[in-house]
Amino acid sequence: MQNESLALQYLLSGITKGSIYAVVAIGFNLIYSATGIINFAQGEFLMLGGMVAVTLAAYVPLPVAVTGAVALVALVGGLLELAFFRRLRRHSILHLVIITMGLSIVIQETALHIWDEKVRSLPYFTGNEVSSVRFLGAAISPQVLWVLGTVALAVLGLHFFLRYTLTGRAMRACSSNPEAAMLAGINIPNMRTLAFGLSAALGALAGCVVSPMTMTHYEMGAPLAIKGFAAAILGGLGNPMAAVAGGLLVGLLEAASVSCLPAVYNDVSAFVILLLVIFVRPQGLWGALAPDRVREH
Amino acid sequence: MAGIGVLGTLWLTSSCSPPPPSEPVKIGALFSVTGPASFLGAPEEKTVQMRIEQINAAGGINGRKLQLVVKDTAGSPEKAVSFAKQLIEEEKVLAILGPSTSGETMAIKDLCEQNQMLLVSCAAAETIVNPVARYVFKVPQKDSQAATWIYRTMKEKGISNIAIVSSTDGFGAAGKKQLEDLAPAEGITIVANEVYDKQATDLTDVLTKIKGNPKVQAVVNWSIVPAQSIVAKNMKQLGMDMPLFQSHGFGNRKYVQQAGAAAEGILFPASRLLVVEDLPANHPQKEVLATYKKDYESRFKEDVSTFGGHAYDALLVVVEALKKAGEPEREKVRDALETLTGVVGTAGIFNFSPTDHTGLDLTAFEMLTVKDGQFVAYKQ
Repeated sequence: MQNESLALQYLLSGITKGSIYAVVAIGFNLIYSATGIINFAQGEFLMLGGMVAVTLAAYVPLPVAVTGAVALVALVGGLLELAFFRRLRRHSILHLVIITMGLSIVIQETALHIWDEKVRSLPYFTGNEVSSVRFLGAAISPQVLWVLGTVALAVLGLHFFLRYTLTGRAMRACSSNPEAAMLAGINIPNMRTLAFGLSAALGALAGCVVSPMTMTHYEMGAPLAIKGFAAAILGGLGNPMAAVAGGLLVGLLEAASVSCLPAVYNDVSAFVILLLVIFVRPQGLWGALAPDRVREH
Repeated sequence: MAGIGVLGTLWLTSSCSPPPPSEPVKIGALFSVTGPASFLGAPEEKTVQMRIEQINAAGGINGRKLQLVVKDTAGSPEKAVSFAKQLIEEEKVLAILGPSTSGETMAIKDLCEQNQMLLVSCAAAETIVNPVARYVFKVPQKDSQAATWIYRTMKEKGISNIAIVSSTDGFGAAGKKQLEDLAPAEGITIVANEVYDKQATDLTDVLTKIKGNPKVQAVVNWSIVPAQSIVAKNMKQLGMDMPLFQSHGFGNRKYVQQAGAAAEGILFPASRLLVVEDLPANHPQKEVLATYKKDYESRFKEDVSTFGGHAYDALLVVVEALKKAGEPEREKVRDALETLTGVVGTAGIFNFSPTDHTGLDLTAFEMLTVKDGQFVAYKQ
């Protein structure tokens, strides 16, 4: 294999991993912006999305199963906010973050009881396990194109939503100045519920498109949440586009690390670079450190 | 005074002799029914429950029923230790079956030895029985036997330069060590050796590195789910068509379904349980395997796996030893177990000795491959 195609192959591998981290990172960002909470149950939304879709796919066509899974998990996300965070607003942010960790465990265990410990996956959207698309000497699964396409569309859609729709703008208003938003007549608690639902929906969608490749099992969420969190921090919390860049960067760093170091140092090198960046720029690469970002809750 | 004397004697005798024949014999079990090793523990627990019911329905052993006390360790060595203590001190079981993983077994090996508790592990690591501990046995084939089978098949295929990929967990590390240790003697050169995180969801980068190494003729992957399916898929997606060997951990048809078309042609050593239909009618294991497979699959509506088979074997050797010893006294049962020979189990035919607490030789494996989504015996 020639050096150029090998490099391209690493690049593709990094982008694939990175795009998954990016979706998780966006989820972190959405909830953080609207509520100030770091939701450590974010990875569970991916897992739930995959699990529900696999179950539904046995009865209905794949596109319906994926849509159903996204809708159902969005509902779960919204209900979690209603059931826990809306009632516990008086508590400090730290308490709420710890509650998300607890929820993560509860969701995992619930998934274990509803489904089981087995690993399952959705069928490939195009082709099957052995199909590969070749170009310039590199080869990838068609599913990778699905992942990249879906992530790109989701990011664009989210961007459009936050910037050009009334609801999206209201959500951003809550994030930048809750008091003023409230005075302007925006129902902040509802916006928070919506942020949870949207974040869960994004996670579920990502969980569905990656399922054929990474496979879905009840414990898959937590490691993805850690990587996604790292990506969000690297990009800078509070900025969904920075989360995408952060996610891709973490993925590429991992691939670059594998290319020149033993694969086992994969996580180490990614996190060492993350730490270095945080030392130099505590707000992340694209995050702002303006005083109004330090939020009172 | 006389009354007290009689009571005292009664108390003494009852504490020293085995329980009266009406009482059941307690068998303890530590399986990781949930958690990361649940693919081992879940079929193990089901198998033992089913077998105990069958044995009791047939009248028990030497007129005694068996009573199973099973604990779910969730794959955690710490839980294995505390449950083992419970089984030893509170439940006072005759023997402990399991644990499911090597890490857990090693965590309680010394504990069982010190408390003279008979332990029949369902995990594969060499270190469980080497050095031999008086009270510790195991029933799965050894990792080294799996590695030897892989290397011999490679030689038949004319492969000498290989890449090893393994996961960071205990199973991957143990297999990697055996592969490294045995390679020189079998004339195999390891030209690439990579370890990846056991929770990895995508391994294209690791495999790209191997693809970029022109010397590699075949890949050996030593891991459990989901990585063993991901490796297979990623290799095909990268357009790598060299042979892929997997460990005996691939021995469950579910994994073939998960890897789908990418599983075709994967080679791995496993016990004959997976190819029981292909065995000649006069094969000594045929009847045991066919019966177990039929019972398990009709009852639990899922494919039988070699892991459940290990639990079958663990219970089998304890029961055979119990029959031979006559009464449920641990010391006698242990002595009987150590001298059991010719016991036909699912993994192979067990011949224990004071120096061999595994009781299986190389013939307990068969090289299998995947053809049209089914396991078949590999033929050159």
